[in-house]
Amino acid sequence: MATVVLPRSLVALFPGATRHEVVAGTTVSELLVDLDQRIPGLWDRLADGRRLRPHINVYVDGQPADLATAVSSDAVVHVIPAVSGGG
Amino acid sequence: MNRSTRALLLVGTAKGAFLLESDAGRTNWSLRGPLCEGWPIHDLIVEPATGDLLAAGGSPWFGPAVWRSADLGATWTQSSAGLSYGDDAEPVKTVWSLAVAPDRAILAGVEPAGLFRSTDAGATWQHVEGLTNHPSRPTWQPGAGGLILHTIVPHPADADRTWVGISAVGVFETRDGGATWEPRNRGVRADFIPGPPPETGHCVHKFAAAAGEPETLYQQNHCGVYRSDDGGLGWTEITGALPSEFGFGLVTHPRDPATAWVIPLSRPEEGRYMPDGSAAVWRTHDRGASWIRSADGLPQENAYLGVLREAFARDALDPVGLAFGTSTGQLWHSRDGGVRWDLISRDLPQIWAVEALVLDA
Repeated sequence: MATVVLPRSLVALFPGATRHEVVAGTTVSELLVDLDQRIPGLWDRLADGRRLRPHINVYVDGQPADLATAVSSDAVVHVIPAVSGGG
Repeated sequence: MNRSTRALLLVGTAKGAFLLESDAGRTNWSLRGPLCEGWPIHDLIVEPATGDLLAAGGSPWFGPAVWRSADLGATWTQSSAGLSYGDDAEPVKTVWSLAVAPDRAILAGVEPAGLFRSTDAGATWQHVEGLTNHPSRPTWQPGAGGLILHTIVPHPADADRTWVGISAVGVFETRDGGATWEPRNRGVRADFIPGPPPETGHCVHKFAAAAGEPETLYQQNHCGVYRSDDGGLGWTEITGALPSEFGFGLVTHPRDPATAWVIPLSRPEEGRYMPDGSAAVWRTHDRGASWIRSADGLPQENAYLGVLREAFARDALDPVGLAFGTSTGQLWHSRDGGVRWDLISRDLPQIWAVEALVLDA
């Protein structure tokens, strides 16, 4: 089972969600689909249809990844909102 | 006046929603917020059947969503399920406007411009494809704020009829529940386009129906203020003595169909602020035949304030309370129909939306 590390700003939208979620899947997409079953609506916050949102970054074991990236059973997947300035 | 009456102002800003609360006197206000996790909020409304609050917005990271609170803002849920034009289309960026139809369906206007409908309290959304499929769609061009569907006016009794406003495209009406739409821009100027006014390509800024007269519509446009007496089939310019034809906010009286308020701003190329740095709200009591300037309490010099389209609202009390928020975070309120104004919050983020709500306990 992989561990998905979610940002605080995302966890705050879903009562009961935690920053570290242990989920099943062989790709980033499968992990997030599994997570969406547990946290309904989470997929829509991270992706528009089949695409990651433009300012959402995913890393698998520290390496940049996308929805299709394969994950091992003990992978650590970080979901990180892009750093942006101004405002 | 009911002693237990509570007056609320719902404020959407670039950095979350805020709620201000007072009693029916509307003199002293307390403020709560930021709500909605600090998301940019473009519109806030009250769902009449439930009293729930609905907020429309979009996060730069997490996309568009419609938020719902059943406890006056203490807790919120959010959803965007179905708020998409499809995997191969441009993503929906944010939700700009909300309205509740007489059949209790919730309507959401989004960017890029389109309309979505929910019949399950906002849990899921269906694209109103008839509007997107209008033959003029390939010609739609964005206004300065983007290609946005910013105004939704449901007919108060007929769920098949709805008017929407899109910048910079114009007003459309459906009479068949959204299956087909027709432009409603005849009589409106589009001075930024050479030649005669087109059928679409108009820069509507805001419009609202008159109390008790669903066919009477008042419109603030990029190119003037207008009134229609036939549901938008034709518009008559009523800019008259207003100091500028340009502005965004417009509200209609809750009971008198002849009364409306606007906030003129200097022309687009002149800064889009209160003309001459002198703040004022203008009102008509005769359907736009004449206008009265109200500035009591408002700063009369060095006040280069801007007010965006959704940041002007009125309540349903008597006398009518009005509130407008500025692009620099000041919230002004009048409890006498717009004659005298008080600053009730000074340091909010950029204000995008104001809604006034009255609760009788």
